[in-house]
Formats: sequence, structure tokens, C-alpha cells
Amino acid sequence: MKDTRAAEAVIEAKGLDLVFQTGDGPVQALKDVNLAIGQGEFVSFIGPSGCGKTTLLRVIAALETPSAGRMTVNGMTPDEARRARAYGYVFQAAGLYPWRTIGGNVRLPLEIMGYPKSEQAERVKRVLELVDLAGFEKKFPWQLSGGMQQRASIARALAFDADILLMDEPFGALDEIVRDRLNEELLALWERTGKTIAFVTHSIPEAVYLSTRIVVMSPRPGRITDVIESPLPKERPLEIRDTPEFIEIAHRVREGLRAGHGYD
Amino acid sequence: MTSVTEIAAPGAGAGRTGLRAWRWVRLRVLPILAVVLGIVVVWYTACVPMNVKETLTFAERAGAEVEPASPAERRDMGRVALVLANPGQLGGSFALDRPRLPAPHQVVAELWETTVETRPTSKRSLVYHGWVTLSATLLGFGIGTALGVLLAVGIVHDRAMDMSVLPWAIASQTIPILAIAPMIIVVLNSIGLQGLIPKALISAYLSFFPVVVSMVAGLRSPAASQMDLMHTYSATGGQVFRKLRLPASVPYLFAALKVGIAASLIGAIVGELPTGASEGLGARLLAGSYYGQTVQIWSALFAAAILAAAMVGLIGLIERLTLRRMGFGR
Repeated sequence: MKDTRAAEAVIEAKGLDLVFQTGDGPVQALKDVNLAIGQGEFVSFIGPSGCGKTTLLRVIAALETPSAGRMTVNGMTPDEARRARAYGYVFQAAGLYPWRTIGGNVRLPLEIMGYPKSEQAERVKRVLELVDLAGFEKKFPWQLSGGMQQRASIARALAFDADILLMDEPFGALDEIVRDRLNEELLALWERTGKTIAFVTHSIPEAVYLSTRIVVMSPRPGRITDVIESPLPKERPLEIRDTPEFIEIAHRVREGLRAGHGYD
Repeated sequence: MTSVTEIAAPGAGAGRTGLRAWRWVRLRVLPILAVVLGIVVVWYTACVPMNVKETLTFAERAGAEVEPASPAERRDMGRVALVLANPGQLGGSFALDRPRLPAPHQVVAELWETTVETRPTSKRSLVYHGWVTLSATLLGFGIGTALGVLLAVGIVHDRAMDMSVLPWAIASQTIPILAIAPMIIVVLNSIGLQGLIPKALISAYLSFFPVVVSMVAGLRSPAASQMDLMHTYSATGGQVFRKLRLPASVPYLFAALKVGIAASLIGAIVGELPTGASEGLGARLLAGSYYGQTVQIWSALFAAAILAAAMVGLIGLIERLTLRRMGFGR
């Protein structure tokens, strides 16, 4: 099973170590991380703060360099993959530029990557429709709610057709009602676009609801303690969260998190 | 899906307009008026003891009985005591030709006379002198701002400049401008530069500093995640600068420009002092102090203050329009 996935792996980590040198001495942020994410998978990383889930995502994005081990993205080094525009990154804060309209923010990566003007306009229109923000192109970020801003930042990550979407707690700052709706929309978007999504969260229901696979991590040193395959069907209405299967997986994730904490 | 909450335009309906106008008067106009009134009262009150000796001399010459009668005795007495001893002879306090402290209306009259009633080309016109100072101020402000922005860009992008420039910039501001201004004038004069350029350079010397400090902060203001985002796009340094650092620094720039323009004016005025003072507001100040023309000094001071306020106000207006256009809402 593991081997077949490795053959078609889009993101693959082998024996990954990352040590941060801090004022208080070295901190082992990641220790011996092995993972393969296949094409079209939706993989969530869950764990308490300090478990290295965000660091792992940043290694994939070439925002951090591992101390040891190997990471490949689309068969390339993360740095090459970044230059090949392999992924779009969504941060916890929407981070829209206040001096650009919503359309202008989505256009930002296209301008930097040198897309022709006409294509920029067409792409902006298309991805804004994809995240249900058609008609908000000329609004400024402060005129939109937090949830809408985060959707605009997802549109920005989708604008240049990267096959991989890296999301770092994108809904962490939103209230539960908005978060539910955006989770639903994200699933629909994943369904429509067939992208490979790596998603960092600290919410168990969110991880279980969204993912095809859940990677449970634990801190000091940051490592993977469990990888849970989700048996849930691809079609997932919000009500699925009341089914026994859903509760069963959530329970396993919770157990995994608790086991990780046992070392403390 | 999610419906957007439209921000309702504030103030609707004619009945509210009057109420809002009153609110504006109450919150904005009245406090300012109260402070101005307070200053005027203190000023007029201070005129009486400040000018009492001259006032009594004039009253005596006009034939009035003054207590004590001998000028020598009066010279040695305290001003407040003199005021208390001669309550009936103080009518002239606010109308002296060369008072120690001119009354507000004397200053206003002088301002009116030297701006409105005098041809702007005349050497007695404050408009003429004001323009001389203003032109040096604006040129110096332009040079200082350009220099400040360039230095800030260098500091943010070059480690060596980051380590070396700012300490020198700070050191430059610890030297009293009054000490260095004559040297600049003399040195530049020896290479044939005089008039506008030396004054503008002193002006620039004062105004580049707030721009450097503020622009360094502004260019570094983007959050780490915003820089990371640019990195994920493999943006070049130039792109990060144009699309992120520069627009993010605009609010900082305007804050610095307001400080910088006021500093520029001071620089230009100080630059006029050591030149022998033939033209400009600084010249008016100096000439006034040579000849004991306090009314002239005060009116030049007020002209400078009004000029500074107008320029800061203008930059504030441009700031509001620009930031609104750029979408820095709320």
C-alpha cells in the first residue's frame, strides 16, 4: 500500500529532520518524518502547537530548509518546485494587501509571474467565481468580512493553476459558523479542481471532515505519531459529522493526540 | 453565499445635518476657540507689566503724574509693583511704538499692513520675504525627502548600509543647526554658491532625517507572512519592493513629510540668519532684533507659523486623499 502511493507521490518526505538554532540552544522541530502524499489527496496535519505541523508545511513550500533527510515535491526539490509554481500557499491570516482591491490581490501572483494582462483579468474573474466572490472584485479588503477575506486569499493561491494547495490553519481565526461553511466550500472546490491539498489545523472535527488522510503529530521533538485513513465517502454533507464512522475516526485522532502527549 | 454587510453612508436626512453641524462646532471648533481665547487673555495681561516702564515714561512726557516720579527709581523697581502703583496710567500699554511685548492686535495690524497693503514686490512686504523663505524650504524639502527615501531604500536592502548609515544620520542631528549653518554658508560661498542653494541644503539637512527613520520603518512594516507570500511566488527583490514594501510604506512617508516640512522651514529660516540677513523671514527676525522692532519680529514669527501650518495642512490633505484612493480604509 505504502509503495504504490510512493510511486505516484506528489509530496514525499524521507527521514526529514529540522533543527532550529535558537538562543536557548538547538530545538528539534522535526524528527525523522516519513510521509508520501499522492495526487489528489486531501491530507490534514493535526497536533498541539509546537508539533512541527506548520514547519513541515513550510519545508514543503521551501520556506524552511531541512537539516537532514529528503523532501521532494513533484519529483523536484522544494526550491525547484516553488520556481516551477507547483503550489499555492494560504496563510492563517488572509494577508490581503490593504492598498489593493480584492481583484488586485488575486492578480498579485499573476503580475509577479508575468501573465499577460488579458489573461490576468480572465483568471481573476474565474477564481473569484470559484470561491463565490464574483462581484467583489473592486471592493477593498476592509469592506469584507473575515471569512470573505480568507476566501479571497484562497482565490489568490488558486489563480496560477498550481496543482498543490498548502493551507496553514486557514480558518483558525474564524468563528465556527463561518468555518463550517468554508469547510464545505473547500471540499466542493477540491472536488471540482482535483488539487492535492495539505492542510494544517488544530481542530479535530475539521481534520476528520475534510481529509482523506489525517496525519497526527506530537511535539518535542515534532514527529508523526499516527496516520489515519479516512473511510468516509468523497461526498460529505455537514451532517456526516453525526455518523458513527465520523465519531469513530475523531476518537482515533483524539487517542493519537493523547498518546503523543504521554511523553510529557 | 455569505452576504456582504454594506457599510451605510453616515449622515442621512436633512434634520440630522443641523445636529451634526452643531456637534462638529462643539467638538472641533469650540475647544480650539477656547484655547485661542485663553492665549489672547494671557497675552494682553502680560503686556501690562512687560511694557509698564515704557508706558509710564510716555505718560510722564504727556504730563501725567507718575509714581515714583524719578525714572532712575522706576528703573530699579519691579514691574508688578510699578503696575500696582500706577493703576491709572496704563492706558498706553497696548499702543507703544516699540513695546517689549506687542499686543496681539498690533501684531495682526502689522501682518495685515505688510501682506495685504504692501506690494508683494516691495522689500517691506512679508509676502516677498515669505516667498524667499518658502522657495528655499520647498527646494530643501524636496532634496531632503529624496535623500531620505534613497537612504532608507539603501538601509533596507544593503546590510552594510543598515549597519553604517543610521548612526551617522543620528549623529548629524545631534549637532546644533545654529552651529553648522554658518559653516555651510561660508563653505558654499567660497565655491560661488549663495542665496537659495545654501539655505535649501540646510533645510534638507534637517528634513532628511525624519524621512529616513520613518521610511526604514515603513519599508520594513510588511509582516513576515507577507514576505513569505512573496517568496512563494519566487518574486524578485525589485518586485517585493515595488509591490509590497513601497506601498506599505506610504502611510509612514506621509507622517514623516509632515515633520519634515516643518523642519525644512526652520532650516531655511536658520539659514537666513548668518547671511547678513537681507531677505526672508529669518532676515526679518534678525533685522527686527537689531533695531528693537518687536512688532516686526512677532509678525515674522507668526508669518512663519502660518506658513508651516498651511504646509502641514496641505500635506495632511494630500495624505487623506492618497490613502483613501489607495484603499487604506477606515
